[in-house]
Parts: sequence; structure tokens; C-alpha cells
Amino acid sequence: MTSAPGEAVLEVEGATKSFGAVAALSDVSLRLGHGEILAVVGDNGAGKSTLIKCVSGAHRLDRGRVRVNGDVVALRSPIHARQNGIETVYQDLSLFDNLSVVANLFAGRELTSPRRTRVVGWLRNRAMTSQVAEILAELEVNVPNLHAPVGLLSGGQRQAIAVARAVSFATRLVILDEPTAALGVRETRNVLRLVKRLPERGVSVIIISHNLEQVAEVADRVMVLRRGVKVGEAPPDAEHHDRIVGLIVGAQTGPL
Amino acid sequence: MSVPDADLAVPAGPRARQTGSAWLARRGTGLALRVVVLGPLLILAALWALLSILSPYFFTTLNITNLLQASSVVAILATGQLLIILTGAIDLSAGAVVALATVVGAKLAQSTHSGLLVVAAMLATGAAVGLANGVLIEKARLGSSFVVTLGMLSIATGLAFVVSDGSTITGLPALVDDVGSRDVGGLPISALVVMGFATAIAVLTLRLQWGRWVYAVGGNRDAGERVGIPVRAVSISVFVLGGLAAGLAGVIQAGLTDSGTASSGFNAELDAISAVVIGGATLTGGRGTVFGTLVGALILGTIHNGLNLLSVNLNWEPIVLGSVLILAIGADRLRAGFETRLRLRQAGHEDGSLA
Repeated sequence: MTSAPGEAVLEVEGATKSFGAVAALSDVSLRLGHGEILAVVGDNGAGKSTLIKCVSGAHRLDRGRVRVNGDVVALRSPIHARQNGIETVYQDLSLFDNLSVVANLFAGRELTSPRRTRVVGWLRNRAMTSQVAEILAELEVNVPNLHAPVGLLSGGQRQAIAVARAVSFATRLVILDEPTAALGVRETRNVLRLVKRLPERGVSVIIISHNLEQVAEVADRVMVLRRGVKVGEAPPDAEHHDRIVGLIVGAQTGPL
Repeated sequence: MSVPDADLAVPAGPRARQTGSAWLARRGTGLALRVVVLGPLLILAALWALLSILSPYFFTTLNITNLLQASSVVAILATGQLLIILTGAIDLSAGAVVALATVVGAKLAQSTHSGLLVVAAMLATGAAVGLANGVLIEKARLGSSFVVTLGMLSIATGLAFVVSDGSTITGLPALVDDVGSRDVGGLPISALVVMGFATAIAVLTLRLQWGRWVYAVGGNRDAGERVGIPVRAVSISVFVLGGLAAGLAGVIQAGLTDSGTASSGFNAELDAISAVVIGGATLTGGRGTVFGTLVGALILGTIHNGLNLLSVNLNWEPIVLGSVLILAIGADRLRAGFETRLRLRQAGHEDGSLA
């Protein structure tokens, strides 16, 4: 990737967003370094989803700025966010259950012949299959049959396919919204292992969760939101653990 | 139940070599899957075998020619309907568009002798109604294809009565009559038209990016929007093609009778929808094939033909057809469950179930 280590991939400054009289987000700022994994934690209604929707282009900020690689960008839509190298894995995964693993990874940007012919181009199924096999191998995602409809895969496999799709689109940042909420213990472990590998591909990660224990394993830093306000930020080590928990539930106030 | 082999993120290492019996089981699963996918075709084959036994006239060139000819209108309509159903929508106006196309063609034939012009006008009529359906649903954001096309059913029927003044207009150009009623060596031209149209649609849906998008929109419309598929344009395009199919069905219908009348095509959309569903598609979208749809249309046509040959009172026909539709859905549920189990096994879930 082009940015030097330490340079910010994403900077959010003073993000503020209200829905009617409800202030969902007040003056939240964050900085995400190249190849960094940031966990955003907080209770229900803390503003986690609103924050990522503003960064993924689904919502527009009332006030505040988003910088991508140093440039101020007004993200208009998820497609626009994608053009800026930002990809989101939604909680519902947004997979096509009736389509194969290969078709899902290339959905909307299928390889065609003649090259770059939209709509009426012929599908280059073989080329897509080999690229999908490659990226899944790289991410160490094991799916026995790339032509099986995604609806037949297990929860963990589906999550992995959704993450793999995001990673293959994203050049800078992948946002994961509660990636382990619906998974069992072992599948959670495997998905987190997959997330840990993403910085190797030069991609930064924001992972949203209400489960501190899970994200503590993979995150470099944890940011805590409470009632739309950023109440603290700390590395997820043993030293800070109890204080982070305190911030999440509101028992702890003040700096860490 | 555990799923030892199907887990994700198993570190890449030397995978255990497949044993001979595992290989055999894999091949067996693949073979069984192929048979199960052919479900509707098996029903058709059973019907043909049964009718061959019950009637000496069934398996004759003349009768098969008749059967293919009589099935062709529904087959074309069903192929167009399939595209719309694949996206999760429905077109209730298709039968009325057939009627409108026949009277537009017949009316125009009174002032021109150009067969090509008449055919073009009939196709354009269908495509125009389809475009209107699509635009109303997607651009005017009315959303419900059921309601919009129900309204269009009424409008197109009314237009057909207005254009024809409620009477049957006879006399169409030779081109239209040939398409509807002539055959080449026992093979009706209408059947050839069906094959040509169906092949084209099959290629479009299976080989083009557009076709992938049709299945994607039916599978998960919201996800389609998120990954940048022009969902509304795809939806409009299937309605235009569905309308075009109805226009083409109108050409065959008009040619069969050498006339245009506002009452032709009555309820034909229901036969088309039945054919699509009997052919294995789901009304919720994302699943179905052109081949299955053609088989579905042939199953309906065969039942109609068989009841005639067996001299069953015609009043019974709708009852039989309706029962077959309901039975077909029941059978398809069973078949789909079986198919899912086989596919799970193929996907690596050893016991054919999700953990």
C-alpha cells in the first residue's frame, strides 16, 4: 500500500449525528492507523452503528469531517465509500443465498469478456473461480465447494465469505458490524483469526462489538462509546480491562 | 452433530487423501443430484408413458405436433414470466397483453400487407406494456408488481376491446399465419419459435452478467443494491422482456386462429405462472430455469392433450390442472428438501445436515 506506517488511513473529527431530537453521536473523533485494528465497543444504543454507518456512507454527518488517507471526503453512499477503499460487512452479511460462493464474491463486479463490458458481457466463470480459490486460500478460509449455493454453508463459513468479499473489494479499510454475534464458540474463534490476518493485506479494520472479551483478542486499540459520546480509548490489555468494562456500563467516568 | 470437514479457516495442510469409498459416495451424490434436479422432466416422462399406454393416438406424429403447437403460447409466456419471477416479481397482465397484441396485429393487417410490420407492431405492443409495468413499479416507486400488473391486466384488456370494438377481426398476413399454424416436417414453426426464444433467454440468464444480476436481485435485492447492481434497471428489463414474450405469444395465438380478439389469452398468465412453478422455480425469486419452465409448459399441455384424447368432459380440465399445480408444489417441496440434503453433502457436510 502507498501510505507510510503511522499515517492515518481514516480520521473522523467531531462526528455529530442526530435523528430528530435524539443525539445518536456527539462530537466523536477517532484516528485509525495503517494496518491497525480498532475495536469500537459499547452497550446497545451507544452509537456504534451510527458511527460506522457514517463512515460506510449509509448516513451523512450533521457536523464533523471524515478524512481518508488525509483527504477530506464527504461519503455519499456505500458505493462511494467503496470507491474510497472502504468496505462494510453488515450484520445481515448481505449474501445471495441462491448464488454460489464464486458468484457472491464477484457480485456486482463480475469479470466479463470483452473486458469491462457491463451488463451484456459474457461471464468469465473460470477466471472468477480461480481468483476466488486464490483469495480464500490466502485468507485460509476453507470452503469445500466453491460452486455450492452460499445458503447451504454454516454460519461461520457465511461470515467468512462475507469478510472475504469485503477484503477483496477494500483497499484501505474493512468495517465489521458485530461479526460474531450469531456464531458459536469455535466459529467465532475462526472468524477472529481471519480478522487478525487482514492487516497482512495492508487493510485496516474497524470491528464493532458489544463483546469486549472477543475483540480484545484481535484489536490493537479499543474505543468505548456511551450514549453517543466517546468516553475512552485504551489498548485491550489486562491492565485496562476493568476500566474499559467500567466505561461501557457507565460505572467509570473520567480518563483511563 | 459436528461438521469436521466443512469448517472455515482450517490451516492449509495436506488434506487426507480421499478413499475409494469416499470417491464413490461423492460420485453417487453428484449423480443423485442430477436426477433430482431433473424432477419435472421425470414427471413429464411418466405422463407421456402413461398416456401412450392409455391412448393409441397419443404417441403419433400428428398428435405430438398438435401438442407442441398447443403448448407454444403458454411456453413463450412462461419463459417471459420466469424472468420476472426470478427477480421476485410477478406479471398478471401477460394474458391480456396477448389479447391486445392479437387485435393490434389484426387491426393493422387491415391496412398493410407487410407481415414483418405487423409482427413488429405486435412485439412492440408487448414490450411497451412491459416497459410501462416496469417503470410504474420501479420509477414511480409503486413497488408492488402484483397490484400494478393487476391494474395493467384490466387496462390492456380494455384497450383490446376498444381497438377491436369487441369483435373478432379475421385475416392476418401469411407470415403470422405460418408462425402460428404451419409445420416443417412435423415440427410446428411455433415450436421452433419457442425453442429459439427459450434458447436465447437461457443463454442470457446463464452466461451474461445481466443474467447473474437477475438471479442476484431475486436472491437478495438489498444486497444487490449494496454491491452496486442497478437493481431498478434490471427489474425494468425483465418486465420489458416479459412483455416482448407476451407480444410473441400473441403472434402465435393470432396465427393459430388467423384472427385477433380481445378474449384470447384469457387467464393465460395463470397457466404461465403454473408452468414456471411446476418447472421448479420459486415465487420468492432467485430460483428457476428456462429448461424447467419449458418442461412445466409441456406438462400442462400434455394434460390438456391427454384429457382430450381420453374424451374426458372438458369441464373437468380446470379441476385437473389446478390439482396438478398444487400437487406439483407439494412434490417440489419434497424434491427441494432432498436436493438441499444432497447439496449439503456435496458441500462437505458429511451427514447432509448443517451442524
